[in-house]
Amino acid sequence: MAERLVRVESMVGLHSRPAAEFVKAAAQCPVEVSVGRHTGELVNAKSILAVLALDARPGEHLRLCAEGEGAEEVLDRLASLFTQFSETNA
Amino acid sequence: MRELLGTGVSSGVGVGPVRVVSGTVPEPPADPFSGDPVAETARALEALEAVGRELESRAQAAGGEAKDMLAAQALMARDPDLAGEIRIGISAGLTAARAVYESFGFYRELLSGASDYMSARVSDLDDVRDRAVARLMSLAVPGAPESDEPYVLITQDLAPADLALLDPRQVVAFVTEEGGPIGHTAILARAMGIPAIVSCPGVLELKDGERVLVDGASGRLTVDPEDEQIRRAKAAERARAEAVGSATGPGRTKDGHPVPLLANIGGPKDVDRALASGAEGVGLFRSEYLFLDREVPLTEEQQIAAYREVLEAFPRVVVRVLDAGADKPLPFLPPAAVEPNPALGERGLRLLRRHPHVLRGQLRALAKAAEGLPADRLRVMAPMVTDAEEARVFTAACREAGLTQAGIMIEVPAAAIRARDIAEEVDFFSLGTNDLAQYVFAVDRQVTSLTRLQDPWRPALLDLMAFAAEAAVGAGKGCGVCGEAAADPIMACVLAGLGVTSLSMSAPSLPLVRAALAAHTLDECRAAAAAARAARTETQARRAARAALPALETLGL
Repeated sequence: MAERLVRVESMVGLHSRPAAEFVKAAAQCPVEVSVGRHTGELVNAKSILAVLALDARPGEHLRLCAEGEGAEEVLDRLASLFTQFSETNA
Repeated sequence: MRELLGTGVSSGVGVGPVRVVSGTVPEPPADPFSGDPVAETARALEALEAVGRELESRAQAAGGEAKDMLAAQALMARDPDLAGEIRIGISAGLTAARAVYESFGFYRELLSGASDYMSARVSDLDDVRDRAVARLMSLAVPGAPESDEPYVLITQDLAPADLALLDPRQVVAFVTEEGGPIGHTAILARAMGIPAIVSCPGVLELKDGERVLVDGASGRLTVDPEDEQIRRAKAAERARAEAVGSATGPGRTKDGHPVPLLANIGGPKDVDRALASGAEGVGLFRSEYLFLDREVPLTEEQQIAAYREVLEAFPRVVVRVLDAGADKPLPFLPPAAVEPNPALGERGLRLLRRHPHVLRGQLRALAKAAEGLPADRLRVMAPMVTDAEEARVFTAACREAGLTQAGIMIEVPAAAIRARDIAEEVDFFSLGTNDLAQYVFAVDRQVTSLTRLQDPWRPALLDLMAFAAEAAVGAGKGCGVCGEAAADPIMACVLAGLGVTSLSMSAPSLPLVRAALAAHTLDECRAAAAAARAARTETQARRAARAALPALETLGL
């Protein structure tokens, strides 16, 4: 299983626009993707409701996981979104 | 031909067929389901997909924040985990509608336990649920209607989110059964420039498609109007437009007494519109609007940049320091404890005294933003001040930061009654009529069924405003008004007559107020103020003021 650790940079946490963009990108991935706190339970990254319920705050670290063919590329793409959120400061 | 009378809150004339938006979507009954669970699941998911498509296309049509909100709602409708819950519910014997309802309920609970920001999303979630359940139960979909032709929108009271989505070209007027002159429907209608009437009893009984004439100035709704009536209403509307067009320049009475006309703004984004409406300055910069929906405060640099942009655009700017608490909580300014009644709890200056470093930081940023500008350009005021001691503390904090103009809002009745004591401690007053009404009439602003009690024409409120204005004038200081009352052109004349020295309002209201002031002498305004204060009810006060202001007729008011 492939894994990435990312930091929530956006001012609003993983909420509103950043959350929607993340979920939309995850939903387009051909493999299963999950997200959660480092120590906590992982949830379906393609579910906006599950991602919102994580209530990830600015500065928190999250774990992204994917399994299957192309998992590494998928995670690279999703992880890069987190740095974009910090640039637009959404 | 029938007529209904309500309170006109946004002037203008609209004619068109009625669309009544009524009621809420009921909870689907928990009847056992014995049909084919596969087909029932497909039906549930189709309904959600249809809702997702509809929200998606609305998102494309909307702009700004509404677009993001709708796009997120579309994602909720198509959520795969939600679909999983629904599938389980139906295979356990629930109907599609009930399974949708219960599955949303599961996430609703999850989200409302999270942060304040998340709890606010619960209503977005409920909206998606209601749309899906309405489809499954073949009920009318709540919210703003779809229509091919322009219509008059009739509701009990619309949620701000629904209002924000309305297409101003489609809606020729709003009429609500409840609501008051300072409710969000009224404020939004004015901001969008759409004629509106609120607290209009009986209006929900109109039938869809009935043609009505709405006069947002007089508050009169005419069912099945005759051509002559429409012609007359439109002529009055034209007279108003002409008066507005011909009154330019700074605010003053007919005999030249200056009453500066200022704009209420929430940030630099509102500057252009204020300038376009001829605002001479900013009378209320609601600085907390820069911070809403943020988990951490703006940095000092970000604050300075926002203040500087506004200060460079106008010769005078009144900034209200963070007015947090009650209906506008900020995560970094928590009250000491959970309060059963936040409107009477720690809010405004009370909250800033609990977090003095936040106040000091904001005042420091303000002082830096004003560096190099004329000394009287920036004026800073505190919200929710009760007595002279609090006023003294705030003025001292301003002086320490190097700010020369420190004032307070008069919102607490005690501050209005003892304005004489407070006038010695500050450089100016600003009357916040919305909160002053809330507190003096003991009516929560959020309780829409009681908004009629908050009418700014009630003589008790007029008296309080007179006390404050007299105290300020007696001490040689300014007393502005920055509540919605200032946006009513007739009330604006009365306020000038009470001795108020400037009027601040949302930008679209400025031109008509300018025209009403320019058409009357200061003596006429004083006579109107005295007549209104001599009245016993709000209706009599309004009528008495009108009678004392002879030029209103020619203005089409």
